[in-house]
Amino acid sequence: MIRFRLERRETTSRWLPIFTTIGAVLVALLMGAILLAYGGLNPMVAYGQMFKVGFAESYSVSDTLVKSTPLLLAGLGVSIAFRMRLWNIGAEGQLLMGAWAATGVALFILPETTPRFIMLAAMSIAGFAAGAFWGVIPGWLKAKMGVNEIISSLMLTYVATFFINYFVFGPWAVGGFPLTKKFPRNAWFPRLLDWADAIPFFRGMTAHIGFFYGVVAAILLYILFKHSKWGYELKVIGDNPEAARYAGMNISRTVILTMVISGGLAGLAGMSEVAGVVHRLQENFSPGYGFTAIIVAWLARLNPLAMIIVAYLFGGLLVGGDAIQPAGIPLMIQGMIMFCVISAELFTKYRIRIKRNAPLTEVSHG
Amino acid sequence: MKKLVKTLSLLLAAAFVLAACGGAPEAPPEPETVTVTGFDGSEIDISIPQVEADKTNVAFVYVGVIGDAGWTYAHNQGREYIEANGENMHTAYIEAVPEGADAERVIRSLARQGFDVIFTTSFGYMDPTATVAEEFQDIDFIHISGQKKAEPNFGNVFGALEEMQYLSGMAAGAKAAEDGSNRVGYIAPFPIAEVIRLSNATALGMRATCPECVMDIRWIFTWFDPVKEREAAESLLDAGATVIITGADTPGPVQAAADRGYTGIAHNSTESCNGLEDSCLGVPYWNWGPVYLDIVEASVAGTYTPEDYYGSVADGMVGFLGFMEGEEPLPALPTEVIPLIEATLADMEAGLFTRFDMFTGPINNNQGEVAIPDGYAMTQSDLEGLSAGYMDAFGIADRPACEVCMDFLVEGFDETAEIPPLN
Repeated sequence: MIRFRLERRETTSRWLPIFTTIGAVLVALLMGAILLAYGGLNPMVAYGQMFKVGFAESYSVSDTLVKSTPLLLAGLGVSIAFRMRLWNIGAEGQLLMGAWAATGVALFILPETTPRFIMLAAMSIAGFAAGAFWGVIPGWLKAKMGVNEIISSLMLTYVATFFINYFVFGPWAVGGFPLTKKFPRNAWFPRLLDWADAIPFFRGMTAHIGFFYGVVAAILLYILFKHSKWGYELKVIGDNPEAARYAGMNISRTVILTMVISGGLAGLAGMSEVAGVVHRLQENFSPGYGFTAIIVAWLARLNPLAMIIVAYLFGGLLVGGDAIQPAGIPLMIQGMIMFCVISAELFTKYRIRIKRNAPLTEVSHG
Repeated sequence: MKKLVKTLSLLLAAAFVLAACGGAPEAPPEPETVTVTGFDGSEIDISIPQVEADKTNVAFVYVGVIGDAGWTYAHNQGREYIEANGENMHTAYIEAVPEGADAERVIRSLARQGFDVIFTTSFGYMDPTATVAEEFQDIDFIHISGQKKAEPNFGNVFGALEEMQYLSGMAAGAKAAEDGSNRVGYIAPFPIAEVIRLSNATALGMRATCPECVMDIRWIFTWFDPVKEREAAESLLDAGATVIITGADTPGPVQAAADRGYTGIAHNSTESCNGLEDSCLGVPYWNWGPVYLDIVEASVAGTYTPEDYYGSVADGMVGFLGFMEGEEPLPALPTEVIPLIEATLADMEAGLFTRFDMFTGPINNNQGEVAIPDGYAMTQSDLEGLSAGYMDAFGIADRPACEVCMDFLVEGFDETAEIPPLN
C-alpha cells in the first residue's frame, strides 16, 4: 500500500520554479503530441512549424515582438498589484479604456497636423491616465470601503467593453461598421518598416516602439521594487498587512497608488495596440490581452525583468499558433501549456512524499 | 534527491531545446493535411498552411471558423472547389483571424511564404490587405465585400445576394399570407449599406407576393452570436411574425421559428438549413468557387487586372436553395409561389430583372415618403451606399459617390422600423 502525501516545502531553490515550468511545458507538449499523433499528424512536424513561425523565421522576431508588447505592458501592470496581493484582474478593461482615450485624442481632440511627437506623447498620457482611472476605482473602493477588488476590477472590464462599444457602434462608427476611421499617420507609432528604405531587411516588419515602452517600464519597475520606499511598502503590505499597519505605513494610499500605476500600464498597453498595430479603435480589437497578461505575470513570478522574456516567449507561442489549422488545434496546445504550467505551480510550494504502509514512526529522508 | 531533480530537469530542458530545434529546419516529408473523424462523425482536415513546390498556391484568410455552416463555410467551399477543379493547384487557409490586431500579420506571413493568390474574406481585412498588397506586387490579393482596389495586384469581389434575398422575400410573403399573420421578421446584423440593401430587397420581394404583408426588423450588431440571433427571432415571433428571415450566420432563428411551428429562411451557405429542412423555406447562398477559380486562372495566365467584381446569379455566384440546378424546392414552401419564384429567377438569370430593376423608382420609404424617385434606377454606388464621408473614411478614391444612398427602409417595413442612427 503506497500513499502519496503533499508536504509544504520549507525552502524553495532558486532554480526549482524554472525547472518545474520547463517540465510543465514538456508535459503539455507531450500530451499535445499524443493527441496530434492520434489524429494522424506528425507532432514533430506540427511543433516544428509552430516554432518556426513563432521564433525561427527572419521576421519572427518582429511578429513576436508585436504580439508580446501588450502582454508585457499589461503583465507588468497586473504584477505590481499582485506583488501586494491586490488581485487586479481587470487589466483588460483598463487596456480598453487606454485605447479609447488614445483614440479620442488622436481622432477628435488634436488636429491631424499635430507633430508626431506631441501627438504620440498626448496619446500615451491619455492612455495611461484612462487606464489608471479605471484601475483606481477598484483601488479606492478597496482602500476606503474594503470592496473585494477581484469582483470590482473584473466587473469594470465589462463596463469598459460596453463603454467603448457604445463609441465604436455609435458616435465614432463609420458607415455602420463597428470601427472608427483610421488614425492620421502622425498618430502611428514608428515601426521598423518605416526605415525599410534605408535598411531593406526591415521591409514588412511591423514591430513598433511599444515594446520599447515595455522594456523601459520593466527596468523602471525593477529599480523601484528594489530601491524605493514604495517598492518596500508593496512587499511588506503584501506579506503582512497587520505588520505594515503597525509600522505606520499608509495602506490605503499605497493601494491607491499601486492601482494607479497598475491600471496605467494596462492603459498604455491599449494605447500602444491602437497606435502601433490597429491604427483605429474597433470592436473586439483586443483578443483578451489583459487576461493573458495575468498568466504572463504569473509565469514570470512577478519579476519585471523575467516578464520581458516570458512575454516574448508567450507572444511567439501565439504567433506560432497560425501554423496549424483549424485554429482549435494550436488553441488546444496553448491551453494545455497554460494548464500544466499553472498546475505545476503546486510543486514549487509542495513536495510529494511517497509513504509505504510502514510504521507510523517512519521518518522520511529527502 | 535534490541532485536527482536537478539532473532530471536539466535533461528535460535539453530535450526540450533539442526537440524544438530538431523539428524546425527540415522540410516535412509527409502530407501536410490529414483527415480526422471527429467524435460526432464529422470529418476535420488538420493542415499546416504551407506552399507546395511547382504548384499554384492559393491562400484564404477567414474571419470565422470553417465549421460555421454559414459565411466562412461558403468561402471554404470555394477553396475546395479550386483544389478540386483547378489544374495543379494547392490551397491553404487560416481561420478565425481577428480583424484588428492579427489580420495584417497573418496576410503578410502568407505573402512571405510565397502564396500566389491570397483571398481575404471579411470587410475588416480591407485596409490590411491593401497594405500588404502594396508590399508584394507579384502576388494577387483579392478582398471580399470591400470597395478598394489598386494596380497591379489588388482587387475586390462581391455579389448580388440581394437578388436572392428578393426571392426569399417572395417565399416569406407567400408563407406569411398562408399563415394568415401577414407578418415577416428580419434579423439585421449591422446598419451598413450591404445589410440595408439586403433587407430592402427582401421587403420588396415580400410585397411582390403579399401586398398586405408587413416586415418587422431587429438589429443585433453582430454577424455571429447564437444567443443574440435566437433572442432576436423570439422577439420577432412574440411580435406576431410567423416567418423569420435572418441576415446573420447561424440557423438559430430558423430553429426558433420551427420550435413554434413556424418557418424561417437562413443565410449564406447551402448547409445553413441542415437538419431544419421541414421548417426552412430556402437559403440565399454564396457560390464562390467558379469565380474564385476564374480569378486564380487569370492570375496564373498573368491576365488578372484589379477590378470591383460584382457577381450575380447570372454568373452563378449566388443561389437560392431549392431552385438551383439539382435542387428541389423545400417542402414547407407554399406550392403556388414556386412557379412565381422560378419565373423571377429565370428573369434574373437572363438579365431581365436585376438589382437595378429591383431598385428603380417610384419606391417609398416606410414613412410613405419618396425614397427613390419615379424612373430613377439606383446606381452601383447608390446600392453600396458610397457616401462621400464613407469613401473619405476608408480612403476609397476611384468610385463615384452615391446620389440616392442606401440609407432608408423601403415601404413594406413596419412604419416603426428604423435604421439605428449612423453617427
